[in-house]
Amino acid sequence: MSILPLFIAVPLGIGFLIPLASRRFKALPDILGNLTTFCLLVMSLSIIGSKGIYKIGGWLAPVGINLVVDGLSILMLIIIAIVSFCSTLFSIRYMELYTSKLRYYSLFLLMVAGMNGVVLTGDMFNLYVFLEIASVASYALVAFGCEHEELEAAFKYLVLGCIASCFILLGVALLYGCTGSLNMAHVSRLLAESGVNPSVIFALVCFLIGFGLKAAFVPFHAWLPDAHPSAPAPISAMLSGVLIKVLGVYALIRIAFNVLGVNQALLSVFMGLGAISMIAGVFLAIGQWDLKRLLAYHSISQIGYVILGIGIGSPLGILGGLFHLFNHSIFKSLLFLNSGSIVYSAGTRDLQKMGGLKEKMPITAATSMIASMSIAGIPPFNGFWSKLLIITACVKAGYFGYAFLAVLASILTLASFMKVQKYAFFENLPNALKKVKESPKTMCFSMLILAVLCILTAGLILPQAKSLILSPAVDALRQGAAGYAKFILGT
Amino acid sequence: MIYPLCLMLILIGLYGAATKKNTVKIILGLIIMEYGINLFLVLLGYRRNGIAPIVDKTTDLSTFSTIAVDPLPQALVLTAIVIGLGIVALMVAISIRLYEKYGTFDITKMRRLKG
Repeated sequence: MSILPLFIAVPLGIGFLIPLASRRFKALPDILGNLTTFCLLVMSLSIIGSKGIYKIGGWLAPVGINLVVDGLSILMLIIIAIVSFCSTLFSIRYMELYTSKLRYYSLFLLMVAGMNGVVLTGDMFNLYVFLEIASVASYALVAFGCEHEELEAAFKYLVLGCIASCFILLGVALLYGCTGSLNMAHVSRLLAESGVNPSVIFALVCFLIGFGLKAAFVPFHAWLPDAHPSAPAPISAMLSGVLIKVLGVYALIRIAFNVLGVNQALLSVFMGLGAISMIAGVFLAIGQWDLKRLLAYHSISQIGYVILGIGIGSPLGILGGLFHLFNHSIFKSLLFLNSGSIVYSAGTRDLQKMGGLKEKMPITAATSMIASMSIAGIPPFNGFWSKLLIITACVKAGYFGYAFLAVLASILTLASFMKVQKYAFFENLPNALKKVKESPKTMCFSMLILAVLCILTAGLILPQAKSLILSPAVDALRQGAAGYAKFILGT
Repeated sequence: MIYPLCLMLILIGLYGAATKKNTVKIILGLIIMEYGINLFLVLLGYRRNGIAPIVDKTTDLSTFSTIAVDPLPQALVLTAIVIGLGIVALMVAISIRLYEKYGTFDITKMRRLKG
């Protein structure tokens, strides 16, 4: 698997090369940025179905750091690649509203490198380092506009993110103190031999707080509705679509399922957190008039679905959770790109100042309609199937209360997106917006790609496609700590 | 004895970051919290009267692992300190920019984001 280090090295290398590029050749950052994300997309699609380990420097597993790819990693790599490709395509024209494209692409690729690293690494401390790379880049990107709101949101995000990182590092240190190893597989094997002791539980709580803050589950969500809307639209798409999932959900479930091992108590905590986030997020979203802020609250709510599905613990529930994670990254990044397109053309994010944009911006309106129906769970779009799976899994496992809450949140989501559609695209066109034009072609093209994916990825649930992408990801979680240790250590 | 003190240092930092109104004091709180965790990491590898973990030709390898300190946490702390430096630099930069925009370090007076 010698392709694995390239997932980190390529964006990292290009990210540092871009600021050195000559200022005379203006298109260079655009070309390099798009080329890199396109390469990553091709690379991640080429390793579908494979499983393997790359030993950095040739050192064997417990001593050296290794990169691991299994079903779950591939699923996350594909998500990162799709969303980052569409975001860079969108940025070509959109980022002309801002100052420095060189720095923008540099930070963007740094963030992608960090996320790929988090997904691929098999080492606890390495996970922390990559997580910090991605986080620091995202703090800087949230503050990219350097206006009052952006700086305020970035500072809030930075303080909470820093506290989260501290808790994660404390958890890593505690696990190292218990076991004397940092390799995830080796840690899980040593823990299985020594049994559970209080400091492992303390470490688990630290991880829950740390990754919970990064994933913005409800008691820890305060930063998200400020930070995500303040960033430039392609970055909002990356943050809501990928970053909270990779740094929060992926890292948490990888450590919970494959390193520490799950029990019913932990799964109940996941389900509880999921249900609270789902309901609280959607209730907070309904009253919003700022389009991007509304979308940000919906991210909290949809992440709740994901963690609820995974928390059920049955194969069907985990399948539903991971499928929803995939779908959410597609339709939520599309919705944020739509909002960016509206900001680019109409210059406002306030729903009360919009109206009638359907005729002026047909592509934005159509793609936004598809994404809204996806997120609200209307068949045949992808969001419907994953929500159906989660609700079915809830009912099958006997959690009728959670199933009811999931249906309720879905109905409220539908209501709030009907509001968005009505105020933004239907009704009368205000005089201020009479001269609005459709956004440039590259922006429309990237929205169209995601809109088509909203329909096509519903097919991932068909048996042949499922056995290719989703089932290996479910198996990777279901194998538990012992199976993961066996896969990496080889015995 | 020293571990509870270390935990207290972390909690003092967390308290400072959570309750103070001044951005500079929040940053100081976060720095204290980071130092507490770094101290904890170093302590994990510490051994009383241990020797430096350097192997040369005369070292007796059979007893070496029982008397040398653990070098790995030191490497981790170095990395953590560098990351911490980056974050503090970014925080201070944003705090200075905030001061330029709002003319204050008081976070209760920076309230443009609501809802």
